[in-house]
Amino acid sequence: MKVNGVDRPAPAEPRRLLSDYLRHDLGLTGTHVGCEHGVCGCCTVLLDGVAVRSCLMLAVQGEGHQVTTIEGLAQDGGPLHPVQQAFHECHGLQCGFCTPGFVMSVVGLLQKNPNPTREQLEESITGNLCRCTGYASIRRAAHRAAELSSPLEGKSGPKGRDRGQ
Amino acid sequence: MTTRWFGARVQRVEDDRLLRGHGRFTDDIDGGALESVLVRSPYAHARIVSIDASAARAAPGVAAVYTAADLPFGGTDLPILIPHPNLTHGRTQRCLASEVVRYAGEAVAFVVAESRAVAEDAAELMEVEYEPLPVVITPELAARADRLVHDDVPGNVAAEMKQEVGDVGAALAAAPRRKSLRLRFERGAAAPMEGRAVWAQWSAHERKLTVYDSTQSPTSIRGGLAVLFGLPESNVEVIAPDVGGGFGPKIMLFYPDELLVPFAAMQLGRPVKWTEDRQEHFTAVNQERGQVHEVEVGFDDDGRLLALDDDFIHDAGAYTPYGIILPIITAAQIPGPYRVPAYRVRFRDVYTNATPTSPYRGAGRPHACFVMERTLDAIASELGLDRVEVRRRNLIQPDQFPYNLGVAWQDGNTVVYDSGNYPALVDKALALLGPRPSGEHVGMGLSVYVEGTGVGPYEGAHVQVLVSGKVVAATGIPSQGQSHATVWAQIVADELGVDVADVEVTSGDTRRFPWGVGTFASRGAVTAGNAMGVAARMVADKARRIAGEHLEADPQDIELVDGRVQVKGSPGRGMPLAAVSVLANPVRYAFGGGTEAATQFTARPRPGPPLREGDQPGLEATGYYSPPGSAWASGCHAAYVRVDPKTFRLEILKYVVVHDCGRVINPMVVEGQIEGGVAQGIGGAFYERLAYDDEGQLRNASFMEFLMPYATEIPPIEIDHIETPSPLNPLGIKGAGEAGVIPVGAVIASAVEEALGVPITEMPISPLRLFELARSQS
Amino acid sequence: MQSRRDARRVKPPPFGYHAPGSVEEACALLASLDDPKVLAGGQSLVPLLNFRLARPQHLVDINRIDGLDRIYERDGGVAVQALARQAAVEDSSLVARVCPLLGDAMRLVAHRVIRNRGTVCGSLAHADPASELPAVLLALGGHVVARSARGERTIASDGLFTGVMETALAADELLVEAWFPASTAKYAILEESRRHGDFALAGVVRAGERLALFGVAPTPVLADASDPTRGLQPSGDLEATPEFRLHLIRVLTEKALAA
Repeated sequence: MKVNGVDRPAPAEPRRLLSDYLRHDLGLTGTHVGCEHGVCGCCTVLLDGVAVRSCLMLAVQGEGHQVTTIEGLAQDGGPLHPVQQAFHECHGLQCGFCTPGFVMSVVGLLQKNPNPTREQLEESITGNLCRCTGYASIRRAAHRAAELSSPLEGKSGPKGRDRGQ
Repeated sequence: MTTRWFGARVQRVEDDRLLRGHGRFTDDIDGGALESVLVRSPYAHARIVSIDASAARAAPGVAAVYTAADLPFGGTDLPILIPHPNLTHGRTQRCLASEVVRYAGEAVAFVVAESRAVAEDAAELMEVEYEPLPVVITPELAARADRLVHDDVPGNVAAEMKQEVGDVGAALAAAPRRKSLRLRFERGAAAPMEGRAVWAQWSAHERKLTVYDSTQSPTSIRGGLAVLFGLPESNVEVIAPDVGGGFGPKIMLFYPDELLVPFAAMQLGRPVKWTEDRQEHFTAVNQERGQVHEVEVGFDDDGRLLALDDDFIHDAGAYTPYGIILPIITAAQIPGPYRVPAYRVRFRDVYTNATPTSPYRGAGRPHACFVMERTLDAIASELGLDRVEVRRRNLIQPDQFPYNLGVAWQDGNTVVYDSGNYPALVDKALALLGPRPSGEHVGMGLSVYVEGTGVGPYEGAHVQVLVSGKVVAATGIPSQGQSHATVWAQIVADELGVDVADVEVTSGDTRRFPWGVGTFASRGAVTAGNAMGVAARMVADKARRIAGEHLEADPQDIELVDGRVQVKGSPGRGMPLAAVSVLANPVRYAFGGGTEAATQFTARPRPGPPLREGDQPGLEATGYYSPPGSAWASGCHAAYVRVDPKTFRLEILKYVVVHDCGRVINPMVVEGQIEGGVAQGIGGAFYERLAYDDEGQLRNASFMEFLMPYATEIPPIEIDHIETPSPLNPLGIKGAGEAGVIPVGAVIASAVEEALGVPITEMPISPLRLFELARSQS
Repeated sequence: MQSRRDARRVKPPPFGYHAPGSVEEACALLASLDDPKVLAGGQSLVPLLNFRLARPQHLVDINRIDGLDRIYERDGGVAVQALARQAAVEDSSLVARVCPLLGDAMRLVAHRVIRNRGTVCGSLAHADPASELPAVLLALGGHVVARSARGERTIASDGLFTGVMETALAADELLVEAWFPASTAKYAILEESRRHGDFALAGVVRAGERLALFGVAPTPVLADASDPTRGLQPSGDLEATPEFRLHLIRVLTEKALAA
């Protein structure tokens, strides 16, 4: 299978979950494991561009498909992906554990639908649990992400870091 | 000092690596480690008849299986972390149980193998025979003591404590009016998104133990491991890397894995790691919130409090490793922001056959707030007075500080409120709340609370300006999402006149800073923040002194601005901060980076030894801050809710917070903390409870059934601030971490009671509970 | 003395894994293997594997079978094949036109990310009494098509669900298609759950004059709109007592009929 564009061999054991394969066999620890029953969303990755729970897939099921993880969004040392940038601007993360799952959910939506409705944006963030932020900043980040990803964006460019008073 | 960064909405320095997926949480660390599984008791109370690990040990891929008999410390009780004279019958568990288990989830064996899956396969081969014993669940049943959790603890009472200020008996007798209330809280859980994890490695030739632990106190873990394994502290390193939320249960120590993983690493000569799973987390990790209160209040016809008497039971769970801090906090915080002329509180900390309890965000304060706020609502209802007006009549006034309650506080002192303006909180909250929405079944709730923050004993910080001009800072306490690295960098950057981006903060790593207490009780900003300020100020003073010598100017006339150290009013007379760092370390051998300026043949500013007596090389300092007492934050929450009279669904129409944490370092961070706290408060009010059955089995140990709110369940929250600086610390700050959660239950209860017309005396509530209450009323 | 085991696990137990490339191959495997389980979306099965609550000897992963993901119109309704993802059904303009009740129901099933992978047929075969799709099938009076090495048969909705998580499907049968009749002008699906996306405490599906209930019996049940709770003996759990479930059914039925 291809993971972040790189060919990877399938794991030996069929019972290896995709989440564990990514984290421990490939060392891509950006995908996190919070519950292993599909509820928390921390393990969300893209399968052929569509957001899925990697804890609910066997790694062997990825054969012949493309998997994108959080590490695959931005080049090393390169600028952040617009969705990542939006989360930064809007203080959409605190401990950062649920963050890759949220980011990939939003990326999954915007890749398929760059001009989502309010309901669709809301739906993209309502399947993941966060314990730190209370979701308000995540909601703001999702909307900002849609702004930054929209082909119409360019007028209100990404905000620079607050330089203090 | 300029305040360019203090008070600014600085975006976080932590974000980049976390957003790229380059965070380093404990389970991310591999290093060729063996993996492990803890075998836990399925019974809430049982005698262990036999443990047979032979089949498990023989399973392929298994490196070791440990039971209590295999541990040199197997017969030692784990420490009571916070001893107290009233904790007369404190009990703690052993690392692994061998005789009796007292809660479902208590650890019995430790299996180490090539992979988690293999360890689980082997764990299934463990043969443990139990003889079930009678189980006692619920604090009320525990207090009745028909069954004992510990044979040698009569009445299941670990501790009893009575405090009285004034003569409550007389005041109640003389009061024109009296009312009684019974209020009950179910157990709840912090449930951070990252479960607990430990990774350890032993270097035999260096005799050095290195441990990564998802903990809120690496320094305590380090101290404990050094004592337990007979190692010098300097040979034990403990690092809390990125931690995915703490909220209290990770300040509990020592969980058995924190001892077993290092022990196994030392025995097996290979790194060992352990990561809990979510189901395990529910019973393995400390819980909180179980209390039952019997309140009696005396008041006059104007709704003024005359006397308050609270007798409550705190559910300790099966053991008391954390002592009686939780009930002490509750007892101390019941009066809250109100004048209570006579106050008596008695608590009993009782054992139950359930997971031990220790602080979860709020740590006893939500209960205290609920008690007082429900009492005031009851008074208002009795007298036909407006609920807000009753509160106003009882609030401590702004000219009454410092205000000494006379009851014990968790730092060993009595409760003394340092500063605040409670009436202003109410005014602002009402202004923000606005008019009541139209429609039926709409209710309003409002609650005022205080929060003791910033407890000691102390924290420390090391700040250093490198020869490159960059600044590095370190402190002993770790972060679990509170944006400490950004916030502390703001403090340091202001002192040193540099950009926040040029300050790199390391926290929670005993290799970088070995002293400290931990991150809990809303103390990180106050203690470590002030320590950063102290250390940075020492560095700034030294920079001014050194620059003064070289510039032939009075240090008082020198300022640090934009990375330069220069004479006020004559910016040309100055030098980069980097140059001062170079000059601070007289060298024989220059090694580039401008260090030629500090060698022996360059111009000397003064006669005498290059390094003066009492001086140290380098532009660095270590500073400490030890608070004389808690800084008391406060706030007011208010909300409108609608309850559907048929489905009993709750709709929060508006929720406002006015918060006072003294001077605010980063408003964006504080707002995030409040929003997160309110969400946990809403969870605790309407969704989350730990449902134990009579056999002591937790019925909802999964995210499917333990109902943490999603984004859809949390309404937008409007936030405003007031600032009453604390006179107790140089930065004038107060803690903010727990504030969001404290009054939420009281607000929701008050609003739902009005909306539906049913009395709310318990937390949490739910549609089912409201249905039952409504039915029993009609 | 008892030895109740600590049964809590999160990594699946070992199993034989098979990924057939055709329905025939899949059926042959289901017929020949000892204790096989079909893996489609995995959103219900994999959690059970992770918790070791399900321990099949073999998994037959049907995701490699081409051409089994169609959503198409036939016989006055919509046919949804085994690998059609719930999200695809949710987004389908065909479904929106022919059977909007099904599209509405999809939006109540779990969360979007789960629906990206979960399948409609999988949800029907899983037969959780609190899930929406079995009740939708029942309310509409649809059917499923089951294939095995022995042949193919149609199972009508009122004969499909036999108990809690139990269907009339034999161990060697693969559910290849579900057929939903066109929904009429008056339809509704309403449920009460604790959080958005949760399983329902109780739910009601109205398809014209037919009413099906879910979350209140071992299977979805047809009900009489004038007396929807007659004969119902719902179970109780942490969030709903039997009385509360009955109450909710009355409330939801009233709303569904008013729509």
